[in-house]
Amino acid sequence: MNSKKTILIVDDDIDFRNQIKFYCEKFGYETITANGEIEAIEVIKTKKPDLAIIDLMMEKDDSGFILSYKIKQKYPDVPVIIATAVTSETGLIFGVESHEEQQWIKADLIMEKGVRPDQLQREIKRLLKE
Amino acid sequence: MSDLKVLIVDDEPGIRSGISRILRNYRVGYPFLEEDFGFTLTEAETGEIALEILEKQEIDIVLLDNKLPGMEGIDVLEQINKRNYDTAVMMITSYASLELAVTATKRGAYNFVPKPFTPEELRGAIESITKHLFLKRMTKKMSETARQIRFQFLSVLSHELKSPINAIEGYLKIMQEKQAGTSIDDYMHMINRSIERITGMRSLIMDMLDLTRIENGTKSRNLKEVDIIECTKMAISSMEPMAIQKNIKILTAFPESLILTADSNEVEIICNNLISNAIKYNRDNGTVTVSIFTDKTNLNIIVEDTGIGINAEEQEFLFQEFMRIKNKKTQNISGSGLGLSIVKKIIELYNGTITVESQPDVGTKFIVKIPFKAQPA
Ligand SMILES: Nc1ncnc2c1ncn2[C@@H]1O[C@H](COP(=O)(O)OP(=O)(O)OP(=O)(O)O)[C@@H](O)[C@H]1O
Ligand SMILES: [Mg+2]
Repeated sequence: MNSKKTILIVDDDIDFRNQIKFYCEKFGYETITANGEIEAIEVIKTKKPDLAIIDLMMEKDDSGFILSYKIKQKYPDVPVIIATAVTSETGLIFGVESHEEQQWIKADLIMEKGVRPDQLQREIKRLLKE
Repeated sequence: MSDLKVLIVDDEPGIRSGISRILRNYRVGYPFLEEDFGFTLTEAETGEIALEILEKQEIDIVLLDNKLPGMEGIDVLEQINKRNYDTAVMMITSYASLELAVTATKRGAYNFVPKPFTPEELRGAIESITKHLFLKRMTKKMSETARQIRFQFLSVLSHELKSPINAIEGYLKIMQEKQAGTSIDDYMHMINRSIERITGMRSLIMDMLDLTRIENGTKSRNLKEVDIIECTKMAISSMEPMAIQKNIKILTAFPESLILTADSNEVEIICNNLISNAIKYNRDNGTVTVSIFTDKTNLNIIVEDTGIGINAEEQEFLFQEFMRIKNKKTQNISGSGLGLSIVKKIIELYNGTITVESQPDVGTKFIVKIPFKAQPA
């Protein structure tokens, strides 16, 4: 039996996908990748990842939120990390501050892209309770 | 009195008729408006029927129960948002599912009324949604100003510029820390991807320069007699290296020369973009055909390819800024999504039109028509 945990990586930016995949594999996880909301939904129909890392702006500005919602609907126990390059400085603000908003989106963590790999690893371990 | 059309979506006939009774003679007024708002009511017993009604009629307010026999309220809401109706949605939910209400408001429902509600509560909710709708329509009219559009444009632009920088920085860090081993060959893929992203960024910057030039307006345009064919040939020769890489033949069908009043730069930008797309979104060993001719009223530039095509749904949005089609076939093709919007802006300066005909996996044809007579002298 394969004891490696699987991480689903969803991003429409092939390079971000490559880099997260690179690191996750280095950390010792299996990876599955998808290039957007639609492809990711296909994937989760048949596979249950142990954790998902998804981009916010894909097909639509809030694809990541919708996808997070859908993953949680199907697999409530799978932790979801939303990674975003959208920060206040770009003028596009997706504040997910209130408790209400977090409840809806249900992502376990919303982090900025460009986070250091060791931080990423720490967060993944924390969410996987390793 | 102006009438707002209210669609009541609930499977219980009792609730539908109850709501109808409460709203039939209800009026909402604004102190500064002479007219009151009254309500005309339509009923639907399922989400499917509601969507059919919404497709056919203009509905201002939808009162939507979540628990429906077929598709659920929340899915109806999603469809309503997807189809961009100018409608305000109010969800009707039981107290128990407050969480659903939050979801619904996040998905574009204006508000929710918890069930069971008193006539007063329903009227209060309807009053606030009516005012909201009115204000929304007013501000929408007013705020479509250049400034806001500009701001949005710059926001998207900075996002588009940040993504490649993040990507390149990410690769550089992996290399800096020798994360993938000590041989440079292990990093070739990352180096190539970085160069690719830099190329993409450069073309975005070039597009931006083109856009600014157009927006600076006519004062910097240089309209004079130019040979359209010569401009086109320049564009073709600058695209040739790209075509060779994919072994694509560029066929031409045009006269030896065609002198018209135009800005040669602009003609080149049009041809460059259309031909580069025809190559980029083509298959290997395909062809690109560039035809130019005049008929009684128009100069016609037609660029046709044998590539991946564009489906009807996507054709609609093609000319919007930063619009890129994202699917399996395009995921490894880089671009900024500005090309066609620039082309369209230029063509509009000449009072011309651009249209597209396309069939997925067969090919695409862009047709540019520029009238002679309307040409600025
Ligand atoms: N000839 C074509 N065949 C198929 N799809 C096309 C064609 N031309 C354009 N498209 C689609 O339309 C989208 C918008 O084209 P546009 O030229 O505006 O942007 P781009 O090519 O992505 O970027 P750039 O600004 O670098 O030109 C493209 O992303 C592509 O999906
Ligand atoms: Mg293009």
